[in-house]
Amino acid sequence: MTYGGKLRGIPISPLEGGDARQGRGGYFPATFIDRLRYDVVTPLCHSRDISPSRGEIRGSLPPSSSLTCNGFPSEWTGWGGASSRQSMTPAIRRKSIPIFLLPVLSGALLLTPLIAAGGDPIFPTTRSDLNPKDQKRVEAVTRPTTDFSKPEQFELMEGGAATSRAIVNGNAFSHFSANLTFEEEETFKLGNALFTKLWVSAPSSTQASDGLGPLFNARACQSCHLKDGRGHPPEGSADATSMFLRLARPARTDEEREAIADYRKLNFPDATYGEQLQDLAVPGLKSEGRMQISYEEIPVTLAGGEVVHLRKPAYSVAGLSHGPLESDVTVSPRVAPPMIGMGLIQAIHESDILAKADPDDRDGDGISGKPALVRDHRSGELKLGRFGYKAQNATIRDQSASAFAGDMGISTPDNPSSHGDCTKAEAECLAMPTGVQERLGPVEAPDPVMELVTFYSENLAVPARRDLADPTVLKGKQLFQQSGCIACHTPKFVTRRDAGNKAHAFQLIWPYSDFLLHDMGEGLADGQQVGVADGREWRTQPLWGIGLTETVNGHTFFLHDGRARNLTEAILWHGGEAQKARDAFAALSKDDRAALVKFLGSL
Amino acid sequence: MIRKTVFGATLALLAASAAFTVTPAEAADSASVVKHYAELAEAKYQDSLTTAKALDAAIDALIATPGEATLKAAKEAWIKARVPYQQTEVYRFGNPIVDDWEGKVNAWPLDEGLIDYVDPSYGTESDSNPLYVANVIANPKIKINGEDYDATDITPETLRGLNEAGEIEANVATGYHAIEFLLWGQDLHGTGPGAGERPYTDYDKANCTGGNCDRRAAYLKAASTLLVADLEDMVKAWAPDGEATKNVEADPKAGLTAILTGMGSLSYGELAGERMKLGLLLHDPEEEHDCFSDNTYASHLNDAIGIKSAYTGEYVRVDGTKMTGPSLSELVAAKDKALDTEVRGKLDATLDAMNAMADRAQKVEAYDQMIGEGNTQGNAVVQKAIDGLVDQTKSIERVIAALDLGTVELEGSDSLDNPDAVFK
Repeated sequence: MTYGGKLRGIPISPLEGGDARQGRGGYFPATFIDRLRYDVVTPLCHSRDISPSRGEIRGSLPPSSSLTCNGFPSEWTGWGGASSRQSMTPAIRRKSIPIFLLPVLSGALLLTPLIAAGGDPIFPTTRSDLNPKDQKRVEAVTRPTTDFSKPEQFELMEGGAATSRAIVNGNAFSHFSANLTFEEEETFKLGNALFTKLWVSAPSSTQASDGLGPLFNARACQSCHLKDGRGHPPEGSADATSMFLRLARPARTDEEREAIADYRKLNFPDATYGEQLQDLAVPGLKSEGRMQISYEEIPVTLAGGEVVHLRKPAYSVAGLSHGPLESDVTVSPRVAPPMIGMGLIQAIHESDILAKADPDDRDGDGISGKPALVRDHRSGELKLGRFGYKAQNATIRDQSASAFAGDMGISTPDNPSSHGDCTKAEAECLAMPTGVQERLGPVEAPDPVMELVTFYSENLAVPARRDLADPTVLKGKQLFQQSGCIACHTPKFVTRRDAGNKAHAFQLIWPYSDFLLHDMGEGLADGQQVGVADGREWRTQPLWGIGLTETVNGHTFFLHDGRARNLTEAILWHGGEAQKARDAFAALSKDDRAALVKFLGSL
Repeated sequence: MIRKTVFGATLALLAASAAFTVTPAEAADSASVVKHYAELAEAKYQDSLTTAKALDAAIDALIATPGEATLKAAKEAWIKARVPYQQTEVYRFGNPIVDDWEGKVNAWPLDEGLIDYVDPSYGTESDSNPLYVANVIANPKIKINGEDYDATDITPETLRGLNEAGEIEANVATGYHAIEFLLWGQDLHGTGPGAGERPYTDYDKANCTGGNCDRRAAYLKAASTLLVADLEDMVKAWAPDGEATKNVEADPKAGLTAILTGMGSLSYGELAGERMKLGLLLHDPEEEHDCFSDNTYASHLNDAIGIKSAYTGEYVRVDGTKMTGPSLSELVAAKDKALDTEVRGKLDATLDAMNAMADRAQKVEAYDQMIGEGNTQGNAVVQKAIDGLVDQTKSIERVIAALDLGTVELEGSDSLDNPDAVFK
């Protein structure tokens, strides 16, 4: 018997018994706001200028050359960014590091750049939330299995107690975490209503809903995140909703290089078109241009003689409204990623992600794994990036606020520019009316819109696995492991005990990602730097729910730009650090390849 | 003669007491509570089916003889059909079979431009929904995600294929609200007085207004046919040997959780939150559940009646028959008399607030006017119903704790009961 029934008012964690969970007062529970603040320990510095083209900086920014944030001097350049890998040479102050860490550090020197010169770790290097006994238990349960004769314990519940057990249909990605309280369920539903809400151009009779654009890619969150799932390339349809082009150029001056090295900038926008190409505009305004794609079919022969065609895309922009892009600006296509399980990802402890980092490949396995360091948009605090194709955002809130601004042109308290991605060169865009209503606040989407949409985005449940005991699926799981896929697609984590939302706390989850950046080779490279990530690096995409893409979205277009038409093609596009695993897959027999793909389909 | 009367009265009294006070053995038995919960479901879906068939017949009459009278009769049949259906909504959330099915009959909100002509103020394009003004009734061939979709013949299958076309949830082609739109038309009055004003001539092939009256009639009939078929499925699911019944009866403890989950989720997140609080926050008449007919107040009221029914085990059928049986209320009372009194009191308080809202809707102003900006009195009436729903959910949570439902097993997650099993 399958039950959707769940315990209300009682949190259930797979690893922890059910303590009675108290209801919370008010519509927007205080703890909800608290969560958003919980890890904002000390503002490092008030550099708010994460989104360069939007200009508005809250607080003052000290001269960057002398910037010191929590003992973290700007002279230290960190991983990647403008600096090369060879430049990472800050000395470790070993005396400041707990003794039990030394084996880890001396083994790989992984955490070097994460230790400030002043001696304070930027991130905790161990599970500060766990006692030693729990630490051992977590290590045991997250170790990759060696028994492929049957499913692992708890493997069914891919998102821990938050997993949705609803009957699988087109709504499979739209359910809320199964362990929410009734009250949180309401917050989720209000968030959902805003997520599907169509914003309209100002001025409008529905004042609470206007403020769209002036330039935009979509009128509603859901326009791209179709059924909370995966977007797709246009495939013949006229407009490109659910996919767009990011525009960026690298640093040109020392000052700009310094800004990147200090994580204040991820890259720099096109002087005219801003951070992304908006292919739609409000009435009376021209859109910026249209994305154009052409594909070239490339045959690839696999073991046994099977020939698979990969389609290699080429991107360009037609009908640019204000002349060409700057010469050093690159375009990077992005389809909307699925929305499931993000609160759980946010609740993974930093030390668990950093434990897998090996930016200089000191263990010589050909896999690096670079953590993305980014600044929290509101506090300026340095955090571990985990969201977005380049792991450019540390929190779901930051990711959501960026989407409001860039994709829809809606200002939020986090990003108060009501003209969205209009630049100074687009004067007619800046002259358009905004949707700000004095009585509702200084932005188009005033509180509690961001809170609600963020909560919603944190609590879309991961569906339970299907067919996980099927012998072919189990074989595929073994082949997935043996082919080296799990070197980056890390199967399991146990989330932090002190997660901001109890529903996300201490859950055994199966995202199949290490949330680190990897060189994925020339084939997938977009040539666009995003903070720490260079033009060949991408964050490992979580694989949970990937097998339901067709059920939910009616297609199987994968990778950042939807170029792969099925899972096999997606695997074959893997290059760079993933080349070995890709080759191992290509060398499997046809049946074995099918088993591996069937395993992915069961996720 | 006298004896006979007395005898009859005694019988009636006995019958009444048998109906309203079940023996303690029955009352304390969660299996019998769950069984009765399933019986009520069957009766409620059966009543929904009966009234949907009456609606279907009224629609036949409207199509055969378009006129003020037949249109009015069809609208009245729709409003009657909503009464039992809304009382079934408490079966959502706890029963996966109902959740899987529900979108076909009661999906909302919908972009009506997919179905038929709309007022120019509706706009002509929405990037989020390329089918925003597809107007299937006027256009036999439309494109969904770049592919041709043939709607030359409007059949139930045609509508099924349109539902959620292009992965857009607002593309609702079937169910009560699609029919509502086809009977009433758009409500263009905003937060002012008045509902939709579709003329009967929209179905009059001889004096057709709005164009394509034959296709509009075909659409309406197809939607009505589907509604009847979908409700038949759900009646079967709740028959004594139906899938839904088997699911709740298999594990009575889990069945009780399903009852309480439905009550809590419908009260708080769905009704108080998404359907009521959001409209108040935005003061947006589009945020109205039965927005074409201005029947929202009745829709909300019957949800609340259904929630109470799930607790008390009592239901008044559309023919006036009163059903009673072993109830959650009795189960709670046996454990904690005061808690049972508290829950009943709160369910009644919500109903009082809902009735006050319904009264205002019938005598003073429609629901969409009540949520209008600056309407302090109207806002307060709606807010009071919301407060009642939120308040009763707190007590529902206490019931979950009191009945010790904290240890229900979820398949495949034995860790819930045995947390240490993970760790050797």
